[in-house]
Amino acid sequence: MAKTLAEKVWDAHVVRKGDGEGANAQPDLLYIDLHLVHEVTSPQAFEGLRLAGRKLRRPDLTIATEDHNTPTLDIDKPIADLTSRTQIQTLRNNCAEFGVRLHSLGDAEQGIVHVVGPQLGLTQPGMTVVCGDSHTSTHGAFGALAMGIGTSEVEHVMATQTLSLKPFKTMAINVEGTLRPGVSAKDIILAVIAKIGTGGGQGYVLEYRGSAIRALSMEARMTICNMSIEAGARAGLVAPDQTTYDYMYGRPHAPQGAEWDAAVEYWNTLRSEDDATFDVEVDLDADTLEPFVTWGTNPGQGVSLSSKVPSPEDFGDENAKAAAERALQYMGLEAGTPMKEIRVDTVFLGSCTNSRMEDLRAAADIIRGRTKDPNIRMLVVPGSARVRLEAEAEGLDRVFKDFGAEWRFAGCSMCLGMNPDQLEPGERCASTSNRNFEGRQGKGGRTHLVSPVVAAATAVRGTLSSPSDLDPAPESAAVGISAA
Amino acid sequence: MEKFSTHTGIGVPLRQSNVDTDQIIPAVYLKRITRTGFEDALFAAWRKDPAFILNQEPFNAGSVLVAGPDFGTGSSREHAVWALKDYGFKTVLSSRFADIFRGNSGKQGLLAAELAQDDIELIWKVLENAPGTEVTVDLVSKTVTCGNVVAPFEIDDYTRWRLLEGLDDIGLTLQHEEDITAYEATRPAFKPKTLPARLS
Repeated sequence: MAKTLAEKVWDAHVVRKGDGEGANAQPDLLYIDLHLVHEVTSPQAFEGLRLAGRKLRRPDLTIATEDHNTPTLDIDKPIADLTSRTQIQTLRNNCAEFGVRLHSLGDAEQGIVHVVGPQLGLTQPGMTVVCGDSHTSTHGAFGALAMGIGTSEVEHVMATQTLSLKPFKTMAINVEGTLRPGVSAKDIILAVIAKIGTGGGQGYVLEYRGSAIRALSMEARMTICNMSIEAGARAGLVAPDQTTYDYMYGRPHAPQGAEWDAAVEYWNTLRSEDDATFDVEVDLDADTLEPFVTWGTNPGQGVSLSSKVPSPEDFGDENAKAAAERALQYMGLEAGTPMKEIRVDTVFLGSCTNSRMEDLRAAADIIRGRTKDPNIRMLVVPGSARVRLEAEAEGLDRVFKDFGAEWRFAGCSMCLGMNPDQLEPGERCASTSNRNFEGRQGKGGRTHLVSPVVAAATAVRGTLSSPSDLDPAPESAAVGISAA
Repeated sequence: MEKFSTHTGIGVPLRQSNVDTDQIIPAVYLKRITRTGFEDALFAAWRKDPAFILNQEPFNAGSVLVAGPDFGTGSSREHAVWALKDYGFKTVLSSRFADIFRGNSGKQGLLAAELAQDDIELIWKVLENAPGTEVTVDLVSKTVTCGNVVAPFEIDDYTRWRLLEGLDDIGLTLQHEEDITAYEATRPAFKPKTLPARLS
């Protein structure tokens, strides 16, 4: 049978096929090519190994970084929060004990685990990648099968370098057409989630396809794959192509010389066959897509930025209606309010969704030469120390500082507020992150998920805004369109 | 892992969809490095509200959580399962679970039982009309009984077997260590290694 990309990657990693067929099928045992580790979901797994007297099987396929807890200010001082400091120190001790490579705070390669892997060239097409973090789906942008796992599975991978996985279903997300200026990858994925719902991808591996996806840069593809989990999907991926290879070539851990050629030959086979069938296909029109924004408390509760806050009555399903009512109350919004009239307090540019060079450049292009709304606090948190260095080499830090934004050190930061970067109760935030759950960015905080250019335009105007609302309009707000 | 065959306990109706793992356990509690002691963290934000169901008797003594669709969405934090278990929940019933949450539950012996939404609604009504009603979740026959409601539930056969037998996943896999070693010998040379570290 003709295979999809995801099925090809799966089949290439089966160590042992599960017994039985159909409903009685046992899971396959799959080999894991790369295990990414961070401080939050690993301590109990390391402890499990220790208690059972087990070794970490493949330290050479494992890499750790500090990201969730790390402060984005004063990183040369001891971490003020004692529990955070203890958790970071625990990771350092564990990595030393088990021989795991670790990029600590202050190291040039430290940063959000999903920014660091691709940046080092460790994420490559056709791999299986796991991490105790749901946004591991990010790495699918390279045509890798990348999945978030829980701590028990982290321990399982540490001990065996494998995972028992149940078979998945396949879903094609076809995005055809050309994005208009000011519309970006973030808008594509927010529109997809609004369309299929937060549970719509459950049990599926999504493959993003079509001319609009092919035209995207690697960083834009990462933004899309990153949020596959917000649609409930097990993973999301994009077939590798020349854009992928160009991005990878020359990175520290990319294959070199004859190995590069062998790798490319293999990577070229990594696409869904023309006659392969997907269990489900979903179509999205890129030509008509507008900047998207969430109004509620789950990532599926989104609308076009030019429309209004919906009413619970707009939803047929009783559960959706109740969820909308609750969300409007939490968000302090009234049905029928134009989204663009919503005033925000904080703008957060960062997270594993949107904290890479292109994101920073796109936002900087919008704000350059403009003035920030005086009531807005804006945080810019590069995804990794390396991104921060590159941005500074381009002078982007000056653009943000001149605008009045805070230029911070790398980490997860206000995406989930495990460090001091949090919203106050009732505070409203336009955020380039991935989750608008109740209290996600701080107890009582209210989150609107947006793209980097919408975040930037919002910081100028003070209300949720698209770049086209600015006066004068920006010359270009093309985000993440590949030059290749 | 403890064996699970059947459990009977007070049912807690949580009439809400999309209960994400940030609600089950807020991020601030993830800084701990232990695997137990998370009972105070369960639904920490919601429990500040006196009207929240777990702040009411007899629901505060519940052990069977009956939730709306899309339970456990969002973050992969297994702490969500630990918090539910530490509080005293043995099983969660919902018409749809997020995949990672369901997987984490299976590893930790918390039964995530998938019921039809219509049956969830019937159970909610029983529990709301007669608070304190016990729910029996029978993994052998894959049925839930609550008052006069008897409903089948779904769970994949492999997880069911592991729960019934109380089997440790890593131990099971290591029985096939030869297969793993054989697979490793076939991996292409171009696949990356993290060690020795190459830096930019």
